[in-house]
Amino acid sequence: MVLVYFGLMLLLSALAYYLGRGQASSLPRPLAALPTYHGARLALFAFFPMLGLFILWEAIVPRLLMSRAISSLPTDLQPADALSLSARTRELLAVVNGTPSADISETVRAAGQALASNLSMAGMILLVLGLAVAGAGVFWAKSQITQQLRARHTVEGTVNWLLIACSAIAILTTLGIVMSVVFETFQFFTKVSPVDFLFGTKWSPQTAIREDQVGSSGAFGFIPLFIGTLVVMIVAMCVAAPIGLFSAIYMAEYATPRVRAFAKPVLEILAGIPTVVYGFFAALTVAPLVRDIGRAAGFDVSSESALAAGIVMGVMITPFISSLADDVINAVPQAMRDGSYAMGATKSETVKKVVLPAALPGIVAAIMLAISKAIGETMIVVMAAGLAANLTLNPLNSVTTITVQIATMLVGDQEFDSAKTLSAFALGFVLFIFTLGLNIIALHIAKKYKEQYD
Amino acid sequence: MSAQTATKVETATAVPRILGERAPKVTARNVDIYYGEKHAIKSLSVDIPDRAVSAFIGPSGCGKSTFLRSINRMNDTIPSCRVTGDIKVDNKDIYARDLDVVHLRARVGMVFQKPNPFPKSIYENVAYGPRIHGTASGKADMDDIVERSLRRASLWDEVKDRLNSPGTGLSGGQQQRLCIARAIAVNPEVILMDEPCSALDPIATARIEELIDELKQNYCIVIVTHSMQQAARVSQLTAFFHLGILVEVGDTDDIFTKPKDKRTQDYITGRFG
Repeated sequence: MVLVYFGLMLLLSALAYYLGRGQASSLPRPLAALPTYHGARLALFAFFPMLGLFILWEAIVPRLLMSRAISSLPTDLQPADALSLSARTRELLAVVNGTPSADISETVRAAGQALASNLSMAGMILLVLGLAVAGAGVFWAKSQITQQLRARHTVEGTVNWLLIACSAIAILTTLGIVMSVVFETFQFFTKVSPVDFLFGTKWSPQTAIREDQVGSSGAFGFIPLFIGTLVVMIVAMCVAAPIGLFSAIYMAEYATPRVRAFAKPVLEILAGIPTVVYGFFAALTVAPLVRDIGRAAGFDVSSESALAAGIVMGVMITPFISSLADDVINAVPQAMRDGSYAMGATKSETVKKVVLPAALPGIVAAIMLAISKAIGETMIVVMAAGLAANLTLNPLNSVTTITVQIATMLVGDQEFDSAKTLSAFALGFVLFIFTLGLNIIALHIAKKYKEQYD
Repeated sequence: MSAQTATKVETATAVPRILGERAPKVTARNVDIYYGEKHAIKSLSVDIPDRAVSAFIGPSGCGKSTFLRSINRMNDTIPSCRVTGDIKVDNKDIYARDLDVVHLRARVGMVFQKPNPFPKSIYENVAYGPRIHGTASGKADMDDIVERSLRRASLWDEVKDRLNSPGTGLSGGQQQRLCIARAIAVNPEVILMDEPCSALDPIATARIEELIDELKQNYCIVIVTHSMQQAARVSQLTAFFHLGILVEVGDTDDIFTKPKDKRTQDYITGRFG
């Protein structure tokens, strides 16, 4: 029924378009709006009334019919609480869909069948009503068509509102996510004090179900996670920043067009590898390698180390930095380079003293964005850095990060009233604030120095 | 040394008088320049006098900028560009295998069509060349070079109080004079100017022209221009290019009053180009 309704809606809109265009074409020229705009305007008057009616109808009528069907049941089958209400609703819906369970009572089955016929009747009524509103809309709008009618304004205005609606959805979704994280974070802070969370040095989120269990005192000190994140991020940036930057310089300034055409896509393939693949590469190849090399050199390296996770994360971020830095370096006007060459500067002097300083704001912004990417990255660290919340600055130890803890908190069945689960939201909130801050700084730097040579 | 003897420059056979007064600084013999398949300069021979201003004129795409850029080998940055024939500065082949292009560009400076100061302070813009060539022997010496260069470019009085503000903050005409100061700072012998006034208003243009006139006492200046009045005002030697060929070269007075070639005549009277 829904499909038929929407099919008719589109069909009527198309019809209305041709009707409006045809009528406008037969008017004496000059017209205030082109015939196509008259057609589009008429189509809007068919489309939106039908769409509006559908939304309104579906929001009210099926629910109304369901509650009527439930209240029509005999007293002993009336639901007593919310749980049995939803059970009864499910039973009735199963009958409507033709898949009732065998042990369903005859009365419920009869009520369900009555509901089914009511629903299909309602569908027919909706269809007829829909045709009526569309017809009325088109009829009225058609009667308005004159030589002076500014149909273009109506259509352009509608387009404007459609675009506003789409961006509003995007913005409201973001707001909704932020609000839900904030709300759950407040829930968490009613159980654990913010001071303990932000300044505590022990992270051990297991809370006991019974009083006498081991580990009954959960500790939610955020510092070890923060330090762990920081260590992994610093290792990653030590790998990614120089390699990414230097490869960008090579691509932009030194590579011949043929090398560039080959090497740049290859470098960018790195960016296309899913992070989970990097993760098991880190856990199965790099981490043991780092451990073996470390032990051979006489260091005590754990099997899962911040160093291994950081190295692989750095490899992952390298194409990100090199691609952004390459764009920025290419955006430095050729006139700058010519000016430098004409003074007798060599290529590396030109790069070092003219191109890089001119591109520096963009490069800094690229590195900032890379850092926020490194902080938000999860899979590699889950697999390669471990879960132990050690408070250590030594990259050879296993550490855990904010994102890893969020992932482990929320994997599997969870109850949403324990501090353990809620702590994930608090961590998410802190992470969000942190990366948001970095992104704002990065954008600010990029913007501030943008007009320098325009 | 007599110019254009063993060559086939089409109509310019007489030696310009200016070359009798000034020794040639740059000499070109049978120069051909290609961009890939395109033959941009065809068998060009010319002598450019020292301590004088030589102007290259001609319609767009005639190759005058191409030839100008080949005098300090700026065409090297264009991969498809190929230069054959001899171009000599002070009788030394600048396309010789053992020539260091860095040294060449220190001796043959260039000013571009659009002012292109570096996004650095005014001071650092001028100090850039001396720094990379290591010509200054300390802070005081560098200050001296910067001041001297800015004075010669008649910019000193306007910027002496804000040497540390960015060069990009100056007006277009000031920026171009800053670029000239920057070129002078490395103490070149030849200064190439590629339409240095085309992005400037008439007042700024007049100042640059005055400056060029003063600079010619010490430097060999070559200027590409689209303005025939400019060529007539500032230059002593004028070369007219058309379709990659050096049609006519001679004393500026002669070119603008009694051109020998029909094409030159048509161009300077505004019949084409």
